[in-house]
Amino acid sequence: MGKAWTFGENMNTDEIIPGRYNITIDPLELAKNVFCEVKPEYAKTMQPGDVIVGGQNFGCGSSREHAPIAIKGSQAKCIIAPSFARIFFRNAINIGLPILECPEAVADITEGDDIDVNLSTGEIFNRTNGHQYQAQALPDFVLKIADAGGIVNFLKTHDIQDLLA
Amino acid sequence: MGTLIEEIFSRRAGKQVQASEILLLDVDYIMSHDNTTPLAIKAFRDIGKPILDKNKIVIHFDHAYPAPNVLAAENHKKIIEFVKEQELPHLLHQGVCHQVMIEEGYITPGSIVIGADSHSNTYGAMGAFGTGLGSTEIGVAWITGKCWFKVPETIRVELSGQAQAGVYAKDVMIHIAGLLGMDGGTYRSIEFSGEYINNLPMHERIIFPNMSTEIGAKCGLIAADEVTINYLENETPATGPFEALYPINPRYERVLEIDVSTLTPQVACHPDVDNVKPLTEVEGLDVHEVYIGTCTNARYEDLEIVANMLKGKKVNPLVRVIVTPASDRIYKKALKNGLIEILMDAGCTVTGSGCGACIGRHGGILAPGERALTTMNRNFIGRMGSPLSEIYLASPATAAATALTGKITDPREFLETIF
Repeated sequence: MGKAWTFGENMNTDEIIPGRYNITIDPLELAKNVFCEVKPEYAKTMQPGDVIVGGQNFGCGSSREHAPIAIKGSQAKCIIAPSFARIFFRNAINIGLPILECPEAVADITEGDDIDVNLSTGEIFNRTNGHQYQAQALPDFVLKIADAGGIVNFLKTHDIQDLLA
Repeated sequence: MGTLIEEIFSRRAGKQVQASEILLLDVDYIMSHDNTTPLAIKAFRDIGKPILDKNKIVIHFDHAYPAPNVLAAENHKKIIEFVKEQELPHLLHQGVCHQVMIEEGYITPGSIVIGADSHSNTYGAMGAFGTGLGSTEIGVAWITGKCWFKVPETIRVELSGQAQAGVYAKDVMIHIAGLLGMDGGTYRSIEFSGEYINNLPMHERIIFPNMSTEIGAKCGLIAADEVTINYLENETPATGPFEALYPINPRYERVLEIDVSTLTPQVACHPDVDNVKPLTEVEGLDVHEVYIGTCTNARYEDLEIVANMLKGKKVNPLVRVIVTPASDRIYKKALKNGLIEILMDAGCTVTGSGCGACIGRHGGILAPGERALTTMNRNFIGRMGSPLSEIYLASPATAAATALTGKITDPREFLETIF
């Protein structure tokens, strides 16, 4: 169970972590400044397992992986959004940061709600208002990467061909 | 059979593919730069397997080069040590990665190139598939030579008519960004086509795929034609025969038809690329910096427009006017033909080639409360420095007019000097 932190539409990679902080790739260092301009209280008070609820086109902009790494470093459980920007989507999957597409959940959840997420089924439960939502299922090969904890871990024990096998 | 992206992917897959299929494809080149290579090296080392084909790896120093601080210097050092250790043949530091990839002939029609930089879409100008990925996938591709792709749906943008004097491809693309919105192309391939595109020279065409990134597109494509082949043969070391692919009985998700003949100069205003206004609505706004550079608009012809407009004049002395040629080749040609002297005499600061002020770490950082008008492709809050600064995007001609007055100015007031 985690607290919901809500963000607006078109949250870009510079807003997730401004370029001037991308001088390190240490997840915990990056996490100190994640969302520092749009929601500075996030980095200060969030608890591991909290859930990020974003607007459409979450993570647009740069290809920099610092943005999903900073969020993963903050120990958020997952990101729920109606849609993700293309490169951010791939980057999050590749580094093992769970992401769920679910417009219904985003429309209904308000900041501070207690949220339960079952990552393997895509079920999202809002304990604050009792509502349940079903996120779009992730394709099999994406689940393979996510289950391994990221593409790097996947490739340690698999061949790339195994992704689509 | 299919859209241009379906044709390109089908050719590589060796079978007919269509939108929504997931493919694992061989890639021709794997591009990264000083900003994104260190993380790719980390992924590569973590996986612990060897590089498949060193010849496919192209690394550029362009983002923070020459190093503006110790951390950037450490990045460069780390990359050079890696290049030495792995004996990689392609380490380049002669300008913005995308411009150099094209002018050095790495990009040919139908090729598939991935880059750890969001503007790798630029390669679509050559009828190639180019797309931006994160560093981890680049490290993965060094090992596997492959990448997974979902075949995207296609939005076709058909451009007809002839642009008025003082209106450039940049104005047209900014207009399209305003129409489609910053997520209007998400996950999609965007085919730019029509008589307007057919008649454009390569330096103007490049702007459309380059800025397709700003509307979320997976790729922006222009089918290769005579202009493409002539450019490849005359301006690059690439050797043919080149095979130009084109859409065959395509099914488009959406077709957008635009007549460019009524369009006036456009500006993408702070803080979003789709906050687009006709220039006349923001005319007279004070600016503190004019930056002419980047993979979008710092090619020779762009510098030529600016030099023609500034020749024998002085830019506003209270405005920092910075010109950063996209590549050394462009810089040398501009130097040889006297453009650099004209720009310097007019009061511009000309820097070495590269990404320059576009990434907010060197070469023209903005202070709080400052406003820049630039030929860049992206105006995110804080991109050029202080989060309290503002970025306005426009054509090189608009940038030159603005440099003269210190206020956002319509280039059509200087039409006689443009041609």
